[in-house]
Amino acid sequence: MRLSRSAKTILGIMTALVLLFIYAPLLLVVVNSFNADRTFGWPPKGFTLEWWGRAFDSEGVREALVNSLWVAVVSTVISLILGTMLAMALQRYKFFGRDVVNLLVILPIALPGIVTGIALNNMFTTILGVSLSMWTVIIAHATFCMVTVFNNVIARLRRMNGRLEEASADLGAGVFTTFRLVTFPQLRSALLAGGLLAFALSFDEIIVTTFTIGAGDTTLPIWILQNLFRPNQAPVVNVVAVVLIVVSIVPIWLAQRLSADSVGISAGRARARAAVK
Amino acid sequence: MSETALAAVQKPTAEVPAIRLRRLTKSFGETNAVDGVDLDIRQGEFFSMLGPSGSGKTTVLRLIAGFELPTSGTIELEGQDVSGKAPFERDVNTVFQDYALFPHMSLVDNVAYGLRVRGMGRTERRERAAEALGRVQLGKFVSRRPSQLSGGQRQRVALARALVVEPKVLLLDEPLGALDLKLRQQMQIELKELQRSLGITFIFVTHDQEEALTMSDRIGVFNNGKIAQIGTAHEIYQRPAGPFVANFVGTSNLFDPVVAGRLYGRQEQFVVRPERLSLSWDRSAAMHDGVASLPGKVTSIVYVGHATQVNVALEDGPAVVVLVGTELPEGEQLLGRDVTVSWAHRDAVWLPGEA
Repeated sequence: MRLSRSAKTILGIMTALVLLFIYAPLLLVVVNSFNADRTFGWPPKGFTLEWWGRAFDSEGVREALVNSLWVAVVSTVISLILGTMLAMALQRYKFFGRDVVNLLVILPIALPGIVTGIALNNMFTTILGVSLSMWTVIIAHATFCMVTVFNNVIARLRRMNGRLEEASADLGAGVFTTFRLVTFPQLRSALLAGGLLAFALSFDEIIVTTFTIGAGDTTLPIWILQNLFRPNQAPVVNVVAVVLIVVSIVPIWLAQRLSADSVGISAGRARARAAVK
Repeated sequence: MSETALAAVQKPTAEVPAIRLRRLTKSFGETNAVDGVDLDIRQGEFFSMLGPSGSGKTTVLRLIAGFELPTSGTIELEGQDVSGKAPFERDVNTVFQDYALFPHMSLVDNVAYGLRVRGMGRTERRERAAEALGRVQLGKFVSRRPSQLSGGQRQRVALARALVVEPKVLLLDEPLGALDLKLRQQMQIELKELQRSLGITFIFVTHDQEEALTMSDRIGVFNNGKIAQIGTAHEIYQRPAGPFVANFVGTSNLFDPVVAGRLYGRQEQFVVRPERLSLSWDRSAAMHDGVASLPGKVTSIVYVGHATQVNVALEDGPAVVVLVGTELPEGEQLLGRDVTVSWAHRDAVWLPGEA
């Protein structure tokens, strides 16, 4: 489609405004983490690394960071295994209720976090009778992190030439050898992309976490929430926020570069919504 | 052609066939893609399965390979029932229509794959794979990826990959379909020579009748999941068993029982090949023994290079195609002209029963 000059200009300006509206506040947080003024006076009178130093010295922040990384890594690993298995089952085999299962798998990402959180909290404490801990957070995160892996893998499987696996079997390879030598290498970049998205999704999650985390445990977002209204902690909160932004954005950027075709979170959400309608 | 026909006759009949299909049926839902096929394919034979798309020929191939399991019936490989076995338990290999080369492996790893999953050591299998690639003139390209090759080269890699594990039977699923005409003709000759030198049974699926006629020892013509006729190229072409085979293999001029009754006093269909019809550019019927002729009008003329295809609407008969190998009369109005079409009685092929 060809656009007229004025249309191009208008669209360019609109794009710039929207992006500015999204990223200016984030940039402000980043700048303020270096702002020498405790009350974040604008424009900054000077820059300092003091807040960064304070953040790294803080035991609470360090513990929250380690917890967040641990939760994100483990729930990503669980998502990779379960998401891949689900995608293969739903793509390869026809069975009664396949479409329903497909919908049920992608639904968690569209569900409001507060509902998922309350439901899981209920399930853990009253029905299963387990005490809340980092593990309950990991399980809760895996329920929706699995979706990004599932979406990426199923998209790849749909595009993959089914003859490749037949050729492998034809040449004498059993089911597991075929998966290891042919299917897995074809899925590798989709798994990486899906895994990175899952990691990012888990790392900055707060709502479901609030309802499933044990008393006294913190993740980075929980730490921010707890310290948000303590005026003397405000500069350190800014630093933690910046860490959160960077650790969340980098995997998503990598995932995008890795597979132009990968189905991201937004697409997953859109699909889930479309399916609900 | 006569040579291969003779070879087929001289083979001892008591020999165990390479492939034996008995009442083989495969249904997909309501439809029978393969419907009660009985077929013996001899050891070392180049056997083609010919038919239009949807005739069941590819499904038969996939059943032999083990990618599909039969709904009923049996498949024997050298006398052993393999009907329920997985593809990796069968000593047959396939060359796929789209080649199905592993895109993440180099050529040598592609070809070595079958040896690798059989547990052969890295050095040995790579050596053997490189040799196999050398035999198909791709020795220089061992470390390339499939995406860096042309269609004809990929086809050769697929062949090398399937043959390096020394299967009893090689299955080829329209392997030449994606190649251009010149390359296809060259590959037809190469494939045939390869098969002859290896002595392996080849089962070749194609919808191209010319391909089947040139390469095969025997051909099975498929229609609607059944075999319409099995025979040598010569038999299939010269003595088609029914109107379907007559029309699918080459062009045929089909005469209905009414015309047959008038000319021969026999109420059955017969066909005459276009190159067996002769044309005289006037109404003077050649009135000698053993020749039938009918008057008609020229409706169109198509120049096909080595000959000219003249379409004639016969009076009291069907529209026929006549292949004229000689020069047409020059400078005259040929369309709409009254002509006479004639043929020798022995060139009329009678089609049994079915209408």
